[in-house]
Amino acid sequence: MRQKKLTPYERLEIARDINRPKVTDYIDALFEDFIELSGDRLGKEDASILGGIAFFEGMPVTVIGHRKGSNLEENIKYNFGMPGPEGYRKALRLMKQAEKFHRPVITFVDTPGAYPGKEAEENGQSIAIAENLAEMSALKVPIITIVTGEGNSGGALAISVADKIWMLENAVYSVLSPEGFASILWKDAKRSKEACEVMKMTAEELYAGGLCDQVIPEAEGGIQEDFSGGCSQLRKALRTSLPGLMKTNAEILLENRYQKYRHIEGEYHAIRKKA
Amino acid sequence: MSFAQKRHTMMSFKRHREQSAHEPKNANEYLADLFDDGSWHEMESVFESVDPLSFPGYQKKLKDAKQMTGIPDALCAGYGTIGGVKVFAAKLDKNFMMGSMGTAVGERLTRVVEAAGKYHVPLIIFSASGGARMQEGMFSLMQMAKTSAAIKRFQDNGGLYISVLTHPTTGGVSASFAMLGDIILAEENALIGFAGPRVIEQTIGEKLPAGFQRAEFQMEHGFVDRIVADGQMRKELSRILKLHRRVS
Repeated sequence: MRQKKLTPYERLEIARDINRPKVTDYIDALFEDFIELSGDRLGKEDASILGGIAFFEGMPVTVIGHRKGSNLEENIKYNFGMPGPEGYRKALRLMKQAEKFHRPVITFVDTPGAYPGKEAEENGQSIAIAENLAEMSALKVPIITIVTGEGNSGGALAISVADKIWMLENAVYSVLSPEGFASILWKDAKRSKEACEVMKMTAEELYAGGLCDQVIPEAEGGIQEDFSGGCSQLRKALRTSLPGLMKTNAEILLENRYQKYRHIEGEYHAIRKKA
Repeated sequence: MSFAQKRHTMMSFKRHREQSAHEPKNANEYLADLFDDGSWHEMESVFESVDPLSFPGYQKKLKDAKQMTGIPDALCAGYGTIGGVKVFAAKLDKNFMMGSMGTAVGERLTRVVEAAGKYHVPLIIFSASGGARMQEGMFSLMQMAKTSAAIKRFQDNGGLYISVLTHPTTGGVSASFAMLGDIILAEENALIGFAGPRVIEQTIGEKLPAGFQRAEFQMEHGFVDRIVADGQMRKELSRILKLHRRVS
């Protein structure tokens, strides 16, 4: 049965629902023998990003994702899924490790954005994100990104420069949170609902614009209503894509990844040229 | 004072008058001034932003910005020589929609990076930006990945990239190509950071200390190599470029 079409704002509400599955739920459901690995090796552990190694149907993989909590206490511990530079550096460390041991990287995106705090600035939020973008573009193992909740700004992009970008049907991915967007453009964060309508941030819209490679269907009301059903869709997608990506020669893999981003020029690559 | 000296003084006054009549200089004029006399050549000036989201009011904003600055979008790019050394360069123009990066800026920048790589010539990028261009949504955000990937390729092939951070360099520009320089220079007192000061103050609920996120702060924290005093940019760049000349 086809569900009625949701507005972007309704999808955002589903994506932000406190009962929305977390990265740990996906890890439990999709992988076996997960071992968490911690720390940026530069002086800090940032709990807002979870990383580690596990098996996906017998294949070793590196898993990295933004971590949100299920209650206030957890959310404070995980900083509401808003990483500082230390979190991005940990993620990069684990990706480099994956490259060394020839494991694919699977990232789960669910963040309001990179943390806009004082310490984050002092420790180099900008360069941490920038380096992840540069290094991920040249990482010699496959990278698959799954946007599960909300993915906002450079804070989401910093773990999602990937060969495949998948989005759950109700997930959103945008240049900035709708609140931040409304605040910058209209000087009024309360107009976020209106922002949702013009930002083109839903899975369907981004798929149409060529910025998302696959949309993973969800149950009516969201994946939270039928988690095992949603996960079997994800499992199927991983099972279909991983072997082929792993077999691809690293040079070709990197060239394809480069070209994938190289040709994002807006409106189906149609940058207008003056005659 | 000899006639020649008098004439020289008069001419320099005239030049000054002409310059101030033009203020603010757009990015292209800035580069033409900075480069060796007559050596600056603009390239890829055909790129204009499309409106990928059909965003309300965006077309008009673009039109106004073009008219005000005289350039097609917020980035000018080209090549020339500084102190006799060949360089590819690009500069963001903060008077064009806050120097924000949309598809046209990302594309033009990527092309100049690729050209520098093709000809094995150093690259200088002058940043001045509020970040990603909101009106182009995710297409803008993806330019961060696209430009960073191009810089990475250029650097991995041995290219020298000097990044010059001018006031202000924030958001998606500071969190991509601007912070990836082999050498990072900053203008005195330039605001450089990921989040804007207002957003940080709202988040932490306190006022930020004076000088927070300024060039001097960034150097103290290890993110900037050198601060370049007003009027010294040409000399500074020329010195660095000479030190990277290939010995053959």
